[in-house]
This record gives sequence, structure tokens and C-alpha cells, in this order.
Amino acid sequence: MSKYSRRQILLGGAAAGGALLVGYGVLSPSRQQVAQAAHGSEDEHFVTQWIRIGADNKISIFVPHSEMGQGVLTSVAMMAAEELEADWETIEVIQAPGEKIFANGPLGQAFLSNGATIPSAIKGIANFSTFKIAEMMNLQITGGSTAVRFTGHHGMRPAGAAAREMLIMAAGEKWNVPLVELEAAGSKVVHKKSGKSATYGELATLAAQYTPSTTPPLKNNADFKIIGTPVPRVDIPAKVDGTAQYGIDAKVDGMVYAAIRQAPVFGGELVSVDKGDIASRRGIIDVVEMGDAVAVVADSYWRAQNAANDLDVEFTAGDFGDVSTESINAQFDADIAANEGEADVEKGDIAASLGASYTHLDAVYRVPFLAHATMEPMNCTVAFNEDGTCDVWTGTQDVLGTRGFIASVAEMDDDKITVHPLMLGGGFGRRSAGSPNFLAQAVTLAKQVGKPVKLVWSREEDMQHDYYRPAVTAHMTAAIDDHNNIDGWQNKYVRKDEPVEASHIPYAVPNQNIRYVESEVHVPYGPWRSVAHTQHTFFNESFADELAHATGKDPYIFRRDLLKDKPRHLAVLNKVAEMSDWGGALEPGHARGIAIQESFQSLVAEVVDVSLVDGAPRVHKVWAAVDPGYVVNPDGARAQVESGIVYGLTAALYGEITIEDGQVMQENFPDYQMIRMADAPVIDIAFVETPGAHPGGLGEPATPPIAPAVANALFSLTGKRIRSLPIQNHDLTDSQHLASAAD
Amino acid sequence: MAITLKVNGEARELDIEPDMPLLWVLRDELGLTGTKFGCGVAACGACTVHVNGQAVRTCTLPASAAVGQEITTIEALSDEEKNLTALQQAWIDHQVPQCGYCQSGMLMAASALLSENPNPTDADIDDAMTNVCRCGTYPRIRAAIRSVAVG
Repeated sequence: MSKYSRRQILLGGAAAGGALLVGYGVLSPSRQQVAQAAHGSEDEHFVTQWIRIGADNKISIFVPHSEMGQGVLTSVAMMAAEELEADWETIEVIQAPGEKIFANGPLGQAFLSNGATIPSAIKGIANFSTFKIAEMMNLQITGGSTAVRFTGHHGMRPAGAAAREMLIMAAGEKWNVPLVELEAAGSKVVHKKSGKSATYGELATLAAQYTPSTTPPLKNNADFKIIGTPVPRVDIPAKVDGTAQYGIDAKVDGMVYAAIRQAPVFGGELVSVDKGDIASRRGIIDVVEMGDAVAVVADSYWRAQNAANDLDVEFTAGDFGDVSTESINAQFDADIAANEGEADVEKGDIAASLGASYTHLDAVYRVPFLAHATMEPMNCTVAFNEDGTCDVWTGTQDVLGTRGFIASVAEMDDDKITVHPLMLGGGFGRRSAGSPNFLAQAVTLAKQVGKPVKLVWSREEDMQHDYYRPAVTAHMTAAIDDHNNIDGWQNKYVRKDEPVEASHIPYAVPNQNIRYVESEVHVPYGPWRSVAHTQHTFFNESFADELAHATGKDPYIFRRDLLKDKPRHLAVLNKVAEMSDWGGALEPGHARGIAIQESFQSLVAEVVDVSLVDGAPRVHKVWAAVDPGYVVNPDGARAQVESGIVYGLTAALYGEITIEDGQVMQENFPDYQMIRMADAPVIDIAFVETPGAHPGGLGEPATPPIAPAVANALFSLTGKRIRSLPIQNHDLTDSQHLASAAD
Repeated sequence: MAITLKVNGEARELDIEPDMPLLWVLRDELGLTGTKFGCGVAACGACTVHVNGQAVRTCTLPASAAVGQEITTIEALSDEEKNLTALQQAWIDHQVPQCGYCQSGMLMAASALLSENPNPTDADIDDAMTNVCRCGTYPRIRAAIRSVAVG
């Protein structure tokens, strides 16, 4: 893997949110021609890189993102169709194949807008076209809530607008009339004066000969016809009749199946395998020793997995056989105490604030490792072909990155490899290209066996060999001055993750010192829905709640007073208070909690209503006020907020991967519990739009506030402050009805 | 060993081990991949099908236990002309699926519930719908079930 993180590139750009350095490089005429050669025909013409128009007026939009349930194929295509003035009924959405012509210039631009995060490896080429950079960096990534805010806003809208211009020019040339007399609407160009009309399909051949503008004018939000309307998602019909094809459903002629067992301790190695009678069992083709794993290849997945389970295998524990969750937390505490660390935020004079004779509050907060636990276990199918090419079938958040990775493992050129992107049975960061252990294994096995191999991980392997949301510890201190104001905020934490701004607080606190200490552990990390925002929002919004109570203020009023200069924060905070009737009467035994966070350029405030049911916390209702700038597909946006809340609630209440003897203790859903129907709260969502604002992401931003909102509500209910997750580790029954004492 | 299973109305002769779980018979032997593998321990419900109209998790159900039973998978939930059931249409109308991986199992569980109890209460839905959805589509699943409930 390259030394820079692909995720960092995305999120670096997100952090900056700055002006773009260059025009819409994605509208390169050369890419349009390459796309035409590969995916066009006499009757189907690419008018820009992502938009192909058929003579029958069928308009195909190639979306360079992966559909993993977030509705990206629909929402991003809507943005192109809007500017194209297309009739949505004429639109066909295609997930772009893993080819460089579809690489994602706007993502390249997004990181270019923040010079500080340009990886050193490509710094010298920052003045190339963004297409070149996107191509070099293989950007076809889905993650970082980037699809609508970068690809859609900076790519699909300009692409649609440029295509509309070209179609109008074609009509002008065809009818020999001035362009200003022409109107595009409903996938047609009309000349009112003469009554002439032509479909886009009739104009496409001519239009494709023009060069797309790199600076086409975009529509005003007020003129949107498709954006902002609830368009049914294009991927849904195949998901109600069993026809949707996921990675695990790949079917290739001559394919065999593999199951695997990996060293339980990260860094451990295979010592020996006693195959017993395995080789003589029905269907078994091979037992492959792979350094840190052993795989069984068979003519059916079940036979392979059964045999793998029965193998008598010995692994070493590497250097980490004595590591535990407890030792990791102790290491974090010691490293925080012993090191000065690096600053995220230094503001005012924290030493003076903490040294003054003010009231000081100290707290240690922790979050555990978390697995992604996508419903579809990791899998990949690889076929090496006789002509020296290779085909790969998998669900991936990063089609081109997967191709590049496969190429490096197989020691082949990228262009010999075709990645067939299938549906993802959940992504949440697990299927990003920085997390490729299963891909490498599938390549090795297909080479070894000389046949196409479908590798499927058991749920146990999936849970124990993830790239986890890191365990993080934060040592927080605050100073309350003599006038009951928050004067100082200090947070020293292990470890730094992306996005860089996740640890910042929005509140007007004059003296701040937020810093991090590195403390290496052997458990692999990866991006997990909303990445560092999950931990920092729990720390910051819980600690802010402690300060509200310590100063005798209502948690909503406390936040409102410290957000006076943040109108967008205030708008969602006030909205959620209004929706939830904050301060109003509650059912007996219930309490409320509130939290707010900006992430991925969207602002989300949440209020929850909780009680204890048989001693366990129960979240009855969640209100969310969300400002994503503008909303593209309202019902899809709502679905993403619902999803983010439930995903975060699972983590808040139950989520915990623990380490003993260097290995993950949890194996499967029975010991890594999920929210199910009976625990799922009622969710009430309101969108607050900010006209003129850049669109924010929605796949992730609803996740961060839910854990602190619930913990804060439980404090109001029980008087017990929850400073570590998951909540199920805390006994709340001995403190019930102590709320008044705590307040 | 030869085993005959009745799947989606058709008798299928299979040369398989009697303890092969029905899930893998459906997916790998019969190519019916709409039924999904999630956990292998009957904890998540992604592999749910109908056995004699009842919702059953197939990842731990030996093929031998399904002999002589009527097995129905998501592929045959709609009728022979592929007209969607009212429940499947409700899934579309409520835009239920996200990643969609659990939804075959959810639909099979929900349709079994409704055939037994055409007007389920919220508590009935909670009791019957114990499958896992990582995308958190539960509120929409509940709404879709209620929209086709009779009564």
C-alpha cells in the first residue's frame, strides 16, 4: 500500500472546504473520447465523461461511486440530470466500471483545495490537470461522505450543465438558429419561434463533437426541478426479489470455493497444520498454507468451511500474545501522562486557566475497538485467465483502488485487471481499499489453485480480522471561572485519526488546548462510519454536558449560549429543541439528552428520550435536526440519517471488541450484539437548509451525536455519568431516580 | 447421497451430504443466491426462507430436515409472472432497503408473520422480526408491514 492514506486525502479536502484550484478537470475531452471507444457505439454517444446519450433518448449516467445502500447511484445521477434538464424517466444509472476513464476528478480537486494534505508522493504534479491526478491516485472511492458534496456538486452538476450546452449548440447548428432562442427541458431542445423540437438522442451525435466547457453556468437552487424531490432509489427493486447481485453471489465458470482460518493474534504466524483426513473428504481440492493463515479449497463453500473448522492448526502469537484491552488502556494512560504530544488546537493561555483558582473538572473518557460487522462477510472472487488477464468480483468502496491493490499483489499491470463491482452488503468503511486483507488472500489462492476461486470469510473470521474503529482514550480537564463561565478546555488523547478537525469543539471557550499522543498497538485500524467523529463527539459532547450540570445550566441553554457566533449550529440546535419540546413534560421515568456535531460539512443535533426497562437503557425516540446545506433526495437523505442513528446506537449501547492474549474475544452476533426491531427507536428528522451553502455529506454525520445524547440522557435519568462505551457495561440500576441529587 | 427437496414448487434431486445446511444447498447447489449468508449460527436471519410457510433460518438447518417440506425462497415470493406481492411493493413504496443484504430474510420473516397474523401489533412485529439489519432500516420495515396489515 502507498504510505499515505486514501481516506486522509478525502478528508483533508473536507476539512479545508476551500476554493477549488482548478476548473472542472473531469470534463476533459480526452476522457470523453476514451469512454466513447470503450462504452459508446454508433447509436450511443458520450457527451461528457459520465453521460452517454442513446439515439433512442436513453441517457446513461455513469456514477463513479459504489452503491452500498446510501442511495448514491440515485442522488449523484439526480445532480447530473438536474443540470442536463433531463426528464428523469429517460435516465438510466450505471455504476461506473473500474476503469480509469471514470476516475473521479472532483475528489482529486477536493484534496487539492488543501495543500497541506497533498501526499508527498504526488506533490510535484499538483499543477497537472485534476484528471491526471485522479487517474494517478486511482480515485474512485466511496467514503468520507463525499459523493454528493464533491462528485455531485463539483462533478455531476458541471458535467450535466456542459452536456446541456453542447446539446443546445447542436440544435443551433442543425436548425441554423441563434442559441439564445433555444430552450432545453425534459430531455429535449425546443425552438419556440419555429416550433422545432429534437430529443437529446437526436442531437447526441452532433453534440458529442463539441468540447465540453470546463466552466458551464450552474442553476440556482431555486430553479431545481429534480434536486429536492423524492426520487425512488434505482437500486431498490432488485433488493426486494432476491435478484440484486452482491460480491458473495459472484458466479464464474469453473469456480471453486475457499474458506480460511487466520492467525488469531494479529501478527501471528502459521506453525503447523494437521490435515487429518481432510484431503480425502468429499470435494476437497487443496489445503493452502499462507504464512499467517490456512485455507481449504473445495467444490462447495460449506465443504471448505467445514474442513477448515476441523483442521488442527497451530499459530504463533507473534510479539503480542500478552496484550489485552486492559494493557492497552494502561499503555494509553501512561503515554498520555509521559508525552507532550502534538497540538490540534492551541488557543489563549490554557496554563493560566488551569493554574488559576477556578473550579476544575477532570475526566477520563474511553471508547473501545469496534468491528464493522457488515451483514455480508468479506469475500472476493478472482480468476486468472489464459490470456494473461485477471478478473475480480467483489463489493468494494474503491473500485480503482481495489484494482491497483490486486495488481500489486498479483504483480501485474493495472490494465490487465478488471474489477467487476458488485453490490456491497454493507460498507461502513470496511470495504475501503486500505482494508484489503481478504483481497490479497483471494489472489494468492486463485494463483495457487489455478482455477477461479471464491473466498468467503466466516462471520467469526470477519469479526476477528477487521480493521477496527480504534480504541481511544481522552484525558479531559476544564476550568470554570468565578462567574460560572467555561474558561478553559483541555483534552489530551490517544490517538489521532481523520478527519483532522474531529477533536475540535464548536464552543466559545477562550482557552483551549487539544492535543494527541501516538501510542502504537497491534490491532489494525480502519475507517469506521464517521471515523474520528465517533469518539470525539462522545468525549466532547459528554464532557460539555458535565460542564452544563457543573455550572447549573440546562444542557440545551448551555450549548446555545456558547454557540452564539455559530448560526448554523444554533439553527439545528434550536430546531431539535423545538421538535422535541425540550424542557416540556416527560413521561414518568423518562429523561432527555442532547448533543450536536458538525462532520463532513453537515450539522446534526440530536435529542433522545430514554428510560430504563428491566434495568437496561431503552432509547424510545430520537429527534434529529440536520443541515446538509441543501438536500438532494429528501427521502434518501432521511434514510441515511435514520441509518446513521441506528448504527451509532448499536455502538453506544452494545459495541465492544475486547482483546485478551492479543486476540479479539468476540466471534459472532451473539457476543457482538446489534440493535434489532424491538430496540429500534422512533426517529423524527427535520432538515434545516442553508441557502448558498456547500452540500454536506449524509452517510456519516448522524452517527456521532447519538452516543453522547444517550449517555447525557442517562445522566439526567440516573445521576450516573457514563465516561466509557458501551453503555451496557455500566450498571444503572443502583442509581435510578438519583437525578435530582445529581442536579 | 441422494436427497430430494421441494424448492419453490419443484422437486430437486441432489447428491449432497444430509447435514449440508439448507442455506448452502440453495446458494451453491441450486444457484438461488437471493437467500444470504450472514452468521452461520442462526443469529441474524439473513438466511430466512419459508418451510411449510414458517420462517426458518437455514444456515443451521440440515438438508435432511427439510426433506418432504415445502421450501419457498425469496425468488418465489412473487407469483410466477413475477408480479410483486403487496408486501414487496410496500418495501419499494417505503424505500426500505439500503444495502439490501438482509432484506430477503426480512421479507421472508415479514410475509410469514402476515400470513399467520394479518394484523400484527407493534409487539407482534417486535417478536417476529428479530433479524439483524446493519443499515438500521427497522422503522421503514415496521411501516411497510403496517401498511399491508389488514384490519
